Amino acid sequence: MAATTETIEQVKTLGQEKYKWGFVTDIDMEMAPKGLNEDIIRLISAKKEEPEWLLDWRLKAYRHWLTMEEPHHWAKLSYPKIDYQDTYYYAAPKKKDGPLSLDEVDPELLKTYEKLGIPIKEQEVLAGVRKVAVDAVFDSVSVATTFRDELEKAGVVFLSISEAVRKYPELVKQYLGTVVPHTDNYFAALNAAVFTDGTFVYIPKGVRCPMELSTYFRINAEKTGQFERTLIVADDASYVSYLEGCTAPMRDENQLHAAVVELVALDDAEIKYSTVQNWYPGDENGKGGIYNFVTKRAACRGRNSKVSWTQVETGSAVTWKYPSCILQGDNSVGEFYSVAITNNYQQADTGTKMIHLGKNTRSRIISKGISAGRSNNTYRGLVRIGPKASGARNYTQCDSLLIGDKCGAHTVPYIEARNNSAQVEHEATTAKISEDQLFYCRQRGIPEEEAVALIVNGFCREVLQELPMEFAVEATKLVGISLEGSVG
Amino acid sequence: MTNLIEIKGLCARIEDKEILKGIDLTIAPGEVHAIMGPNGAGKSTLSNVLAGRDGYEITAGSVTFKGQNLLEMEPEERAAAGLFMAFQYPVEIPGVVTSTFLRTALNAIRKARGEDEIDGIAFAKLLRAKAGELGIPTDMLKRALNTGFSGGEKKRAEMLQMTLLEPAFCVLDETDSGLDIDALRVVAEGVNRLRSAERSMLVITHYQRLLDYIVPDHVHVLAAGRIVRSGGKELAMELEEKGYGDLAGAAA
Repeated sequence: MAATTETIEQVKTLGQEKYKWGFVTDIDMEMAPKGLNEDIIRLISAKKEEPEWLLDWRLKAYRHWLTMEEPHHWAKLSYPKIDYQDTYYYAAPKKKDGPLSLDEVDPELLKTYEKLGIPIKEQEVLAGVRKVAVDAVFDSVSVATTFRDELEKAGVVFLSISEAVRKYPELVKQYLGTVVPHTDNYFAALNAAVFTDGTFVYIPKGVRCPMELSTYFRINAEKTGQFERTLIVADDASYVSYLEGCTAPMRDENQLHAAVVELVALDDAEIKYSTVQNWYPGDENGKGGIYNFVTKRAACRGRNSKVSWTQVETGSAVTWKYPSCILQGDNSVGEFYSVAITNNYQQADTGTKMIHLGKNTRSRIISKGISAGRSNNTYRGLVRIGPKASGARNYTQCDSLLIGDKCGAHTVPYIEARNNSAQVEHEATTAKISEDQLFYCRQRGIPEEEAVALIVNGFCREVLQELPMEFAVEATKLVGISLEGSVG
Repeated sequence: MTNLIEIKGLCARIEDKEILKGIDLTIAPGEVHAIMGPNGAGKSTLSNVLAGRDGYEITAGSVTFKGQNLLEMEPEERAAAGLFMAFQYPVEIPGVVTSTFLRTALNAIRKARGEDEIDGIAFAKLLRAKAGELGIPTDMLKRALNTGFSGGEKKRAEMLQMTLLEPAFCVLDETDSGLDIDALRVVAEGVNRLRSAERSMLVITHYQRLLDYIVPDHVHVLAAGRIVRSGGKELAMELEEKGYGDLAGAAA
């Protein structure tokens, strides 16, 4: 069966299950001792056979992190203090390290990805279905990357970041930490110190990447943090569409995920970055779930460059992320399309920053927040127009939808314009699903929960249609699943 | 089972206000009944109670639909059993494309009846055919349901849904309100097309003019929560001439 069809079929069956990705894979793991110190960082670096400069960078980040404080004060989030010494920072399936061909991958792992509906076997992709290349990251390491040959022919580099450090050290060194420096914020510093894997993409000049690239992140081991780092560089006049998905087992404990994503778009380049975030959200009483503290930033360095972030955030107990664009190149464009759904006791504080530096830079923000249960959902966004950004334009639309009367929706826009020629527009709405809408749907035979999913999907449509088609189907189903139990 | 629906002694209230005060009405398969009455007579309450809307308390009486106790069923169960209500004010559902909505509804009903879901291609074909019958342009099917639709378009969309879902019993709740004569014809045509020996209809209206186009088998006058007169289609003509004045008085 074609992998995509299979994914769709599997997603179809999700209706009955609350969080079907919540299983645990039983596999031999190699773990570093619990806790965080310089020795652990040296061990991670050694495991990955990293060059000296990278270890130095990690240690610098770690020492800086020790001087920092968790950003508790400004986000609308509340969670108990995280014990950073009670977490494993390195966990890898026992296997020889380095790149694996698909035949060498542990069958248990293949089964895991099959269960998740992720097309990791190339032969599953039949003619007529668009190809998607996948990098699968399991706890701390990348376990498989597909379509390597075909991508190589096009000159596209699509590797786990550990492998990229070995194979293309100069390229990695040139860009790593240039968009999100190791001093950027508490979680970014932590990530720089301990990141274990992630994806590296380089699209050479003038190349349009021949297929969608994607990474699936899976947290499996207990008491393990996941700290991946993704770096995508689109050289002049190139194009790439990249998607990441993430899931984790259901556990009573809270697990930490602190990722960093850096994007660099040079002259006339375009990067489309989509996320379907479905980490375990915790149970209906708010027990367990992932703490998702992520720093994502794009540098539109070149003229006419464009970066488009699309995110569907349905998982995690706590989400803290603001995928941003630094619009440096003249005429560069930044877009942020977001759907954030919170249910039960989930909390999300998410949004974007659009920093206009170049002339005639444009940005567009479409944010759809849906709150249900006792959850809190905050949009927080900054639009900054620098003094040299003449002719800059921004359009922001923030819509919130409330389901029930115990949840909260908050919109916190910050606008700073230092150039008189700038045009900044902000629109915001808050609505509830009306009884009339629900009754109308039910009169047509659509049961209440399905009606809520349908109405919410309609509310999010502008954002969902930005996703690559294969994933839009999955995201649509996810919207329904994550709101289960929110009415009635 | 000879009758499709039997309403006996139905009383209903909203909060403390008694609206329906003992409705008796029996409709056999294939019959079209019209209910006419002045504002505040309880016309909309009757259709809402039949469709299962929240907020109404049934204080007495029973409704049997295809031999089942209708009042115990959820709105979506009533729909699956074949009850369809054309709304007086169809609600806007932003972002939900009309064709997606229709497919979701049709599949939900098929699923509830234990039938297979219809696939995308077969559905598109079916929808094109039904829309064609009603003269509905395909671009309307791509717009969000009822969102920004004109009054006439909304009613056409209702007729399309009714045609597609093929209900056994249609309740038209003042579907003619706010329509010009052309739109009225469209509605009437949609309804007439669906008339068959098995399908019954309850046409609720304030004005006689709709009944020029949809000719009912029986006409009932609802006033102050009771059916005060019943007759053939000529009753509608009589009401047109004399107005509701006398009847409303008779019920009080």
